[in-house]
Amino acid sequence: MFNVHLILFLAFGAVCVAGAINLLAQSHPINSALSLIAVMAALAGEYLLLGAEFVAAVQVIVYAGAIMVLFVFVIMLLNAGVEDRTKGSRVAVLFGIPGMLLGSILVGWVVLRHSGTESVLAGALPGDPKTIGQMLFHEFLLPFEITSVLILIAIMGAVVLASKPPTAPARKVD
Amino acid sequence: MTSSLNLWLIPVLPLAGAAINGFLGKKSSRTAVSTIGLVFSGAAFAWALSVAWRFSVVSLPYQEYIAHWIRITGFSADFALYLDQLSLVMLLVVTGVGFLIHIYSVGYMWDDPSYYRFFSYLNLFMFFMLTLILANNYLLMFIGWEGVGLASYLLIGFWFTKDSAASAGKKAFIVNRIGDFGFLIGLFLIIQHFGSLNFTDVFDKVRPLSTETSGAGFLTAIGILLMVGACGKSAQIPLYVWLPDAMEGPTPVSALIHAATMVTAGVYMVSRSHMIFERAPQALMVVAVIGTLTALFAATIGITQTDIKKVLAYSTVSQLGYMFMACGVGAFSAGIFHLMTHAFFKGLLFLAAGSVIHAVGGEQDMRKMGGLRSYIPWTFLTMGIATLAIAGIPPFAGFWSKDEILWKAFSSEHGSWVFWLIGVVTAFITSFYMFRLLFMTFFGDYHGTQVDAHGHAAHGHDDHGHGEPHESPMVMLVPLMILALLSVVGGLVGIGNRFDHFLEPVFGSGVAEAAGEAASSVQEYLLMGVSVTVAVLGFILAYLLYVSKPYLPQKIADSLGSFYDAVLNKYYIDELYAKLFVKPLVDGSTSILWQGVDRKVIDDTVNNAADGARRVSDEVRHMQSGNLRSYAGWIAAGSAVVLGYMIWLGVR
Amino acid sequence: MVPLSYYLVLSGFLFACGVAGFLIKRNIITIFMSIELMLNGVNLSFVAFAAHWHALAGQVFVFFVMVVAAAESAVGLAIIIAVYRTRETLNVDQVNLLKL
Repeated sequence: MFNVHLILFLAFGAVCVAGAINLLAQSHPINSALSLIAVMAALAGEYLLLGAEFVAAVQVIVYAGAIMVLFVFVIMLLNAGVEDRTKGSRVAVLFGIPGMLLGSILVGWVVLRHSGTESVLAGALPGDPKTIGQMLFHEFLLPFEITSVLILIAIMGAVVLASKPPTAPARKVD
Repeated sequence: MTSSLNLWLIPVLPLAGAAINGFLGKKSSRTAVSTIGLVFSGAAFAWALSVAWRFSVVSLPYQEYIAHWIRITGFSADFALYLDQLSLVMLLVVTGVGFLIHIYSVGYMWDDPSYYRFFSYLNLFMFFMLTLILANNYLLMFIGWEGVGLASYLLIGFWFTKDSAASAGKKAFIVNRIGDFGFLIGLFLIIQHFGSLNFTDVFDKVRPLSTETSGAGFLTAIGILLMVGACGKSAQIPLYVWLPDAMEGPTPVSALIHAATMVTAGVYMVSRSHMIFERAPQALMVVAVIGTLTALFAATIGITQTDIKKVLAYSTVSQLGYMFMACGVGAFSAGIFHLMTHAFFKGLLFLAAGSVIHAVGGEQDMRKMGGLRSYIPWTFLTMGIATLAIAGIPPFAGFWSKDEILWKAFSSEHGSWVFWLIGVVTAFITSFYMFRLLFMTFFGDYHGTQVDAHGHAAHGHDDHGHGEPHESPMVMLVPLMILALLSVVGGLVGIGNRFDHFLEPVFGSGVAEAAGEAASSVQEYLLMGVSVTVAVLGFILAYLLYVSKPYLPQKIADSLGSFYDAVLNKYYIDELYAKLFVKPLVDGSTSILWQGVDRKVIDDTVNNAADGARRVSDEVRHMQSGNLRSYAGWIAAGSAVVLGYMIWLGVR
Repeated sequence: MVPLSYYLVLSGFLFACGVAGFLIKRNIITIFMSIELMLNGVNLSFVAFAAHWHALAGQVFVFFVMVVAAAESAVGLAIIIAVYRTRETLNVDQVNLLKL
């Protein structure tokens, strides 16, 4: 029953849960960002347990290493402050947290009750880069190429949107 | 098969005249308009004469088919014309008197700004009236019936800018409509029982039916309903109220429509349906009672009226009552005879009254007239002849026809001495008020002021403003003279029952005519003497009260007090109708139909629908608040619902 | 020997936290991070199923999800910067012009 696999799963899972709750609980966005990074790191560990090495690596590199860094940069750039407490936020917390808890308990119970006892073996499906690469370039070629276009568009969009607005153009004196 | 008489020309010619004058008349000169009007109505009269000329060689009843109209299984009605002795008499009367009145109108309406419209309407009326007379089925007759009602409305309200004229036109049309309702139901019953509205078809089917003696059967119902229609059109009790108001129209209109022709349509219709009536004695009784009562009732009102045209209006109602009395006792040909003579002398009376009004510059109140015989001798002469005729003094026309009616009322098997007695009393009253009119207008001193001659534009027609009554132009006098001649000799066709024999092929198959012939002639001459005596008595009384001792009428009026007032105010019948029928209807219409249905139901439905849409959208618009978090909330809620549904599906 | 359902519960919990943060928080950047949390939860679910059914396509899909998340966060943060320039605030309640 108790084996290393389960213990590791529970450990990483605890970190995930704690980080998620902390993200909600914190009032300053930078704290939320940091806890999100923690969640992502723990998730990478979970992926490893499932044998998805490549995905775990990409998670750390891209998600935690690039996206979250971007988030942190923006937070610091905009000098976002602490969220102030208003009446609305109190209400939201009062209703939202219990609601969310209730929802998740419900879902969890349903899932646990109606699933079988089959287990997932650790490292059941090795997701080594070679296999994934072959899949990417064979079955998933079209989506792969399209995502490259997507990234290009995203770059252009981000550059345009975030650039400083042009100063007032020199007026033509008529 | 005899050659075609081309009867259709007779109604169509005036229609063409009406169309030409109606569309082109506004821009045409008076001469052109009069020419068109006279030519077309004159042509109709000429053609009617030619038909009469060829009458003896035509097989009767003559039917002429013009066009196909309604043909469905079980029922058909066509545009077809029907000619027999009865329609020939009516035809000659309508076209002849109509033509004379057209001539008269040229003079009377000369100064009116809507000259062309008058002639257009007048010709239109002729068209409808001739359609009514010549129709070979009840449906076409009904078209003519409604059409003359329309023409009457148009002509009564000819000066529509005047409120009283417009209201009078409406009153005439509406009251007529009530009668038409009864008429229509009668027609429906005819269709139901006989399957057709053609005269020949219906009467062939009615002929073998036996008389309904016990209890009322469907023939009685038909008869009474037809009589309701006749009451409306011919102004009998209880639907006579429109006729006095109809005097708002120009005098030629009163002469043509409300004396000579339109109001006689009811008598014509009843006579045409004589076969039905003869087999329904209760219906005949109803006709006779209504006619007799109306005759007496209207005559009593005529005694007190001061407007010259109103006296003549009530006189018309009364004389129509005589005609219905005749029909009601089964003496249809006597009724038609009186119709003919009445057209002559009543038409003449109205035209002469118009001449009088024209002479005094628009004044219609007899109290402001008097002594006019030196100013307008020709008018006085012709009007005097007409008065003698209507009073029933031999050998003028009215005597022959009225006496025939009274005799038949007494002697016919449907008649009784009660009818006769009331008829004689009414004859006395008739003579009295007609001579009263004559004396008040033409004898004594002239009470009108010189200024009055200028100012009274009550008819908008004429103000020569000479300050002195003057004779009418020749174009108005010639018709008067012709009609006066007819009033003198017109009755002579009745001597020796020649008129009766002429109409015998039409009415002879009835059961009522035979008995009258055999009664003793002594009785007949005796009764004739009585009626002449009462006529003379009326003359004497009128002379006494209005020429010798002119202070007497006022004293008598005062002594009768409130009874006199009641008669003067037409027994307050108009007020009674207003209270009983008009006011509840108007109130009901206002409160129920207008406030209730129109406002609350219809308007409110529309308004509330719009309001509801607005209110709903007011609520829904909060969804688009621009607040990102509320959008997020809605998205989350929606997806929660979908998720929940999927879970539930999976769990099931 | 971890049952599949454990992974799914964890994934669902992460997703639920993401939704809650998305609804509760008023800072735009925090809302964005909640979105990322949601995506991560979903990724975990994909990988778990991939392992369970021995279908590598699940992992490939995760790869694509991450690419899209990257692109989306880049553009989204650029938008946030642009909004901040005009509105001077990061409070999402004050960015309320998105209406008719």
